[in-house]
Amino acid sequence: MIEIWHGFLKAIELIVTLNPEVLEITGRSLLISASSCIIATFICLPLGSLIHLNNFKGKRALINLIQTFYSIPTVAVGLLVFLLFSRAGPLGFMNLLFTPTIMVVGQVILISPIILGLVIAALSGIDRAVPETAIATGANNFQAATLVIREARYAIYSAIIMGFGRAISEVGLALMVGGNIRGYTRIITTAISLETSKGDIELSIALGIILIVLALVINIVLNRLQQR
Amino acid sequence: MINRLGKVLSLALILITLVTFVIGCAKTERPSPPTEPKVTPQAPQYPIHSATTRFRIATTTSLYDTGLWYYLEPMFEEYASVEMDIVYAGTGIALEYGRCGDVDAVVVHSRVDEDKFIAEGYGINRRYFAYNFFLIAGPETDPTAIKGLAAIDAFKKIAEEGIKNPDIVKFVSRGDQSGTHVKEQGVWQKAGYKYEDIQKSGKWYVEAGKGMEPCLLMASEQQAYILTDISTFTAYKGKLSLVSLVEAEEPTFLNVYAVMAINPDKVPTTKIDVANKFINWLISPEVQNILGTYGKAEFGKPLFRPTSDGSCQMEGCPTVEEYSKTVP
Repeated sequence: MIEIWHGFLKAIELIVTLNPEVLEITGRSLLISASSCIIATFICLPLGSLIHLNNFKGKRALINLIQTFYSIPTVAVGLLVFLLFSRAGPLGFMNLLFTPTIMVVGQVILISPIILGLVIAALSGIDRAVPETAIATGANNFQAATLVIREARYAIYSAIIMGFGRAISEVGLALMVGGNIRGYTRIITTAISLETSKGDIELSIALGIILIVLALVINIVLNRLQQR
Repeated sequence: MINRLGKVLSLALILITLVTFVIGCAKTERPSPPTEPKVTPQAPQYPIHSATTRFRIATTTSLYDTGLWYYLEPMFEEYASVEMDIVYAGTGIALEYGRCGDVDAVVVHSRVDEDKFIAEGYGINRRYFAYNFFLIAGPETDPTAIKGLAAIDAFKKIAEEGIKNPDIVKFVSRGDQSGTHVKEQGVWQKAGYKYEDIQKSGKWYVEAGKGMEPCLLMASEQQAYILTDISTFTAYKGKLSLVSLVEAEEPTFLNVYAVMAINPDKVPTTKIDVANKFINWLISPEVQNILGTYGKAEFGKPLFRPTSDGSCQMEGCPTVEEYSKTVP
C-alpha cells in the first residue's frame, strides 16, 4: 500500500520537474490517441448516421456484429495488424511496423466499433419524427442527418470520449505493433508495462496516475465544450 | 464565485495540457532516461537528431534489461548518423522478427538458434562481441544445499529435491524459447533428464513465459532457484532477495552474445550497409573496451567481457575470426 503513496509522490515530482522523458511519452500518448479518436470519429459519425437512418435487410444483424466487436481484445487487434503490416505481410511494403503511425491505425480499428455502435445508439434516441419532419419540410437527406446528429450531440460526445478512453488506455496493441521503442513508440501504457516487469513499481504507479490526470484534463476540456 | 473558480481551473488545466502536448511533440531533444543503472562517467548525452534513416535491431530481454543499450544506442546513432530503434523480445521472437524482415539486425545469445537461423539463410555476418556466464541464483536458505557445486550436479540435485518437496524447492524457468531457456534445456539434458519429463514432473518447476527480469522477480517472490545470466542478475540484485549460489565458469554455463545481420538475398528491404556498420562497430576496439567496463562503477565488476581480449578460452568460445574479423 505504501507504494501507492510513494507512486503518488513520484508522480507529482515527475510533473513538477517536467521530467523530459515522461513529458515525451505523455505527449506521444496524447497525440496518438487523439489522432486515432479524431480519425475514427470522422469515419464512424457519417457511417453511423447512414446505418441508422436507412432501413435495410440485415441492419439488426450488423448492429449486433458491431456491438460484439466492443469486446475484441486489444492483443487480438494487435496481432492482426502486426500480421498485415509486417514486412512479410500483405501491407509490408508500407514500412509501417514499429512506428507511431501504425499505432494510430491499430487504435482506429480498435475504437471504431465502439464509436460506431454508440453513435447508432445515440441517434436511435432521437424520435423518428425529427428527420421525417425535416424532409417533409424540404430538407435533403444530408440536412436531415445533420439535424439528427445535432439533436443527439450530447450522447455522441459521450461516444467520442468513450472511444478516446479505450484508445489511451490500451496496452496490448501498442506493445505489439509499436514495439515500445524508447524515444519513438513508447507511450504511457507500454512504459508502465515495461517498468512493472522490471520491478520499478513506484514509477509504474506514477505513470498510471499521470495517465488518469491526463484523461481527467481531456474530459474537463471536452465537457466545457459540450456545455456550450 | 464557484463559477469563476471553475473557469480559472479549466483554463489552467487547458494550458498545462497544451504545454505538455507541445513539449511532448518537440522532436529535437532526446532526454536522459530516468531509471537505468548508473553508467561509467563517459556516457554521452543524446545527440540532436537530423538523421532520417531508421535502423532497427531486435535484442534479447536479458541484454535489454541490463541497460546496456541505453548506453550504446546514442553512441552508435552519432557514429553512423542513423536513428536506432531497439525492439526487445526473447531470442525466439527476435529471430522471427528477423525472418519477417521487420528488423535489420538481431543480437541474441543462443548458438543453437543462431546456427539454424544462418542455415535457413536469414542470418549473415555473425560476430560474437561479448560473453559472460550463467549462474544459478536462489534463496539464501538454499534448501537443496547446491552452493558451490558444479553446474550439472546442481541441476540434478534441484530436480531430485524438487520432485520430492515441491513446496520447499522451486525452480523458475523462462519458458519462452529464449536464449536463456534454450541453455537451461541443454543443461537438463546434460544432467540426464528429458525436458518433457521435467516439465511434467510437478509444480516445483514453474514455467513463467516472461523476460529475464520479471522471472527474477518471480523467483525472488517464490524463493525459487533460477538460471540467469550474470549481467541481468548483477544489475537487479538490489531488488531481489536471491543470492548467487552456483557461479561456474565452465562451458556448460558459457553465455556468448552474437550479432547477425539479416541477409538481403532473403529480405531485399533490409538495411544491410547499416547492419554491417553496426557489427563492425560492436567488435571495434573502442566499443570492446567500453563493453569491458560497463557496470564497473555501479556494481563493482563489469557485467560483460569483451570477446576481443581473447580471455574466452574454453570449449564453446568463439574463434578469433568469429569475434574480430570485420565485415567487408
